[in-house]
Amino acid sequence: MQEALGRCVASWCPGATGVSNAARLSGGASQETWSFDIIHPDGVIGAILRRAPQGHGASPRAVGLDVESILMQRAFDAGVPSPRVLHVLQPQDELGTGFMMARVDGETIPRKILRDAQFAEARPKLARQIGGILAGIHGLDLAQLPKLRGMTAAKEIGDLERDYRSFEWPRPVFELALRWLRERDPGPSREMTLVHGDFRHGNLIIGPDGVRAVLDWELAHAGDPMEDLGWVCVNSWRFGEIDKPVGGFGTREELFAGYEAAGRRVDPDRVKFWEVMGTLRWGVMCCGMMRHFRIGPEHSIERAMIGRRSSETEIDLLRLLASRERG
Amino acid sequence: MQDEPTPEELTRAVADFLRNDIAPVLSGHNAFKLRVAINALDLVTRQLRLEDGSDAAELGRLSQLLGQPGSLAELNRVLADRIAKGEADLQTPGLSGHLWQTTMDKLAVDQPNYGSYKRELEAK
Repeated sequence: MQEALGRCVASWCPGATGVSNAARLSGGASQETWSFDIIHPDGVIGAILRRAPQGHGASPRAVGLDVESILMQRAFDAGVPSPRVLHVLQPQDELGTGFMMARVDGETIPRKILRDAQFAEARPKLARQIGGILAGIHGLDLAQLPKLRGMTAAKEIGDLERDYRSFEWPRPVFELALRWLRERDPGPSREMTLVHGDFRHGNLIIGPDGVRAVLDWELAHAGDPMEDLGWVCVNSWRFGEIDKPVGGFGTREELFAGYEAAGRRVDPDRVKFWEVMGTLRWGVMCCGMMRHFRIGPEHSIERAMIGRRSSETEIDLLRLLASRERG
Repeated sequence: MQDEPTPEELTRAVADFLRNDIAPVLSGHNAFKLRVAINALDLVTRQLRLEDGSDAAELGRLSQLLGQPGSLAELNRVLADRIAKGEADLQTPGLSGHLWQTTMDKLAVDQPNYGSYKRELEAK
């Protein structure tokens, strides 16, 4: 692998003399992430390769790595914290499809970001900063981007219901949430924008100075911008800091203030709607993990245990929809 | 009748052995996977202890709520179906309380450290 990376880098990076420290980071069967260093007379350049090996197709909701690289580059150009895209793989690279980007130092593990002392100064500022970043993403001109799948609340409810029913396991709380969502569907958004689609802990590289990079544009689409604001507030991404809705960092008001300071308007009712949708969505995804565990060849305990987290979304849905009277 | 020790005692003993003797000598990805495995065993131990009581109570509530007998799986299907059709909702007497109790009993097994669960336990 290191040799193939070296050959590829030599073709687009003048002066590069080779590649070292190539290591596979993560990924499933259809997608891989590699970290490596480009050796260059001006100094070592840390790099990341995201690729799908030859012959592997992406999941139907995924935009594909070629589109991801374009979105990441456009976000970078617009001032959204992003890794710089270094190179888009060509057939002659013989590395499959994908792209290389600059490696950004920082942390993605939620518990470290929410507990470690080195992030203490950044934490109180992050909810507002995230608002500004989302405004930047939603401000990108859709007409200048590759064609993305268009999503509406009605389509999303339909997708979630189809997935949930395919599990053939009755969940009265999910049924309640589906009814709630259908009855309150606010209709298509007045404005359709780029939606990141998975803006949450794990996909943000954070340093002591705040958010350094937004990753993983796999689920990007065109839709209601309030979807991203709702998703980042889902309780599952608060990691215990349940009174700080925005990723365990801060309040919705701070998020909204950061968003509006960047010149965009918030619709708090739509954000709440998408938070309920997002909570159900994560619950359905947990059930999907359970199915993957049962029928997949890997037999992963991790997936099995994520399946048992769907009940976490049920209690969060009840807290959102059927809050108990407090005496 | 099966002999002692009980399944709960055995899963607890295995989890304790892995936690106290094996976890300290592992590192990296295997240490992470072992933690997940220990969590799974702890979950099974909790389920063995709590499931009989919570299932019986849930079945009792469901038969009363739906006005018909049946197994837990059957009655949960009936309830899911009624909610989907709009024949039952949060205004239906007993429904909200039933869903809350059932969900709390699931969390007591699945994830007793989950923030929302701990908050609701305190609020009770």
